Amino acid sequence: MTTAPLSFILESAHLQQLFDALARHGYHIIGPTLGDQAIIYDEITSVDDLPVGWVDEQSGGTYRLHQTKTPIYFGCTTAVQSWKRWLHPPTEVLWRARRTDSQFEILADEQPTPRYAFIGVRPCELQAIRIQDRVFLEGEFVEARYRARREAAFIIAVNCGRAGNTCFCASMGSGPEAREGFDLALTEVLEGDRHYFVVKTGSAAGQALLAEIPHQPAGDAEIEAAAHIIADTSAHMGRELNVDGLRDLLYRNYEHPRWEAVAQRCLSCGNCTLVCPTCFCVTIEDATNLNGDEAQRVRKWDSCFTMDFSYIHGGSVRYSAKSRYRQWMTHKLATWVDQFGTFGCVGCGRCITWCPVGIDITEEARLIRAADNQTVVNKKANHDESV
Amino acid sequence: MVEQALFQDQLVADPMTSTPFRIGRVVKESYDTFTLELVPQGRYQTFPFAPGQFNMLYVFGVGEIPISISGDPQHPSLLVHTTRAVGTVTKAMRALKVGDAIGVRGPFGSAWPVKEARGYDVVFVAGGIGLAPLRPALYQVLAQRDRYGKIVLLYGTRSPEDILFRSELEKWRSRFDLEIYVTVDYANSKWHGNVGVVTRLIPKAPFDPLNTIAMVCGPEVMMRFTALELQKRGVPSDHIYISMERNMKCATGFCGHCQFGPTFICKNGPVYPYNQLQSWLALWEV
Repeated sequence: MTTAPLSFILESAHLQQLFDALARHGYHIIGPTLGDQAIIYDEITSVDDLPVGWVDEQSGGTYRLHQTKTPIYFGCTTAVQSWKRWLHPPTEVLWRARRTDSQFEILADEQPTPRYAFIGVRPCELQAIRIQDRVFLEGEFVEARYRARREAAFIIAVNCGRAGNTCFCASMGSGPEAREGFDLALTEVLEGDRHYFVVKTGSAAGQALLAEIPHQPAGDAEIEAAAHIIADTSAHMGRELNVDGLRDLLYRNYEHPRWEAVAQRCLSCGNCTLVCPTCFCVTIEDATNLNGDEAQRVRKWDSCFTMDFSYIHGGSVRYSAKSRYRQWMTHKLATWVDQFGTFGCVGCGRCITWCPVGIDITEEARLIRAADNQTVVNKKANHDESV
Repeated sequence: MVEQALFQDQLVADPMTSTPFRIGRVVKESYDTFTLELVPQGRYQTFPFAPGQFNMLYVFGVGEIPISISGDPQHPSLLVHTTRAVGTVTKAMRALKVGDAIGVRGPFGSAWPVKEARGYDVVFVAGGIGLAPLRPALYQVLAQRDRYGKIVLLYGTRSPEDILFRSELEKWRSRFDLEIYVTVDYANSKWHGNVGVVTRLIPKAPFDPLNTIAMVCGPEVMMRFTALELQKRGVPSDHIYISMERNMKCATGFCGHCQFGPTFICKNGPVYPYNQLQSWLALWEV
């Protein structure tokens, strides 16, 4: 009895055939490409659209690209925006309505579901997609539009051959190797003159697609080379976040002086929430056309850093920057666990890179832990006694 | 690629899509508060709901807001909401007339523990417009009066002119099996009743603290102090229920706006046992 080999080799020269096969199946291919001097995930059609030879440098509040002579396809780590932009788009019309006299009728906004093939999904981003699945698909209500896009998507993960300076996937258990949630997973290997991908299949659809392009079983040396790359990435994480008892740590430090300190730097700009691959919050905008007989409902990404977010008659519930940063970070690392059974953070590091002042979630958690339970006086309790 | 099991359930009507209902009657309750009686339409023959639940009400082109249902759950042929005109949507809502359409999504959220309260004394404590979300529970308790012990309504409002559902309260007050105490924040010389905050009514109210379920609705600060006062009398904290309010855009757990600590008010609330939120209510800007 023989067992099918678990890993295959796809020569880099045949990568275009993977693109061609996806196109034949009617997929819109989304992958890393150069845009506005950064790597973005956008529609691409061939391997030439990939950022060949480009390598990113990320750190707190900093993002730079460098071109190298290495013909590497996936040399950059995470792009500016995550795949959230495609599965949970920033703006979406939910329905339209038309008024006739004093009545109105709702007109469904039927749009064909796009069939995306994501190529270059990092392991942390796979985890982020699974987390958004829990939010949109596994609760009391199901978000039908997200479900349709998610169901139609074909996912090609790429294991990380390099950790960025703001990466901490190893701490969050989400990377640097993809373990599940993909159709195909690639590890890019450059050895002297040889350039190939070690491929794993994660679904029947992945197996079927691989069957359409040239591939061969991987040998021990090639499997070993891929494993070595991943182990090396894991050993060079840019940041670390100690998740031991993290939820309870944040619950008992809701009044920690560190919140005030970070609020002195936080601009409440909301960048962290927009680049975060798990942040799902939205707002609803109801508006009419100019003559007022047609209305539409639009859903847009929102951020818990705005004053509007918590507004109820009379004012905002979270009126200080301190409370808004605390809400965001406590949600990611504590309340999310109670809501969805997982952290809301995957260690992609985007919030650190794209924070204009370089606020670092791993540093904030570390400083709270370093002065655990250094609780400031609870103002409300005092207020209760004085009444 | 996702496991098929995730997607086996059938597509249901999108919970974000409103259904237009016709306004059957408008009642002006006070200078800024009004009641709308809506006639179910479209796929709704009737509108069954549990007391304490809320709907998302949409005014064409203006916007949508969460409002608790204030009608009688035993009469689901009418959908009743009572609200105060304070924001853009509620002010536009006040301008609507009989025959106009209003968009409805719902009902959403948790309910008052009307069944669980059987065999107990039931104390309702309302602050201002907080009487409206409590009224469906009152209707239901009164409809099965003999299943409950003493029933007490403590109601605090700004002034005598702000008293909601006045004729109904007067009718109820004439019953011998329901105690109603009203207090106002300020009054003129024609008012012969209580003046002061509603918590002051609690020490003397006739109920057995160890055998009481309390349902409390009003501003957050009022609910907090009411709970403290009820606890002082000996009502266990898990026998006190409150109804929370936060900004809300979707009512389905997807918009994130209504989070209160680890809970989503739209799906875990709005009605909670007090002990579940007690520690969070003691904090600012949650």
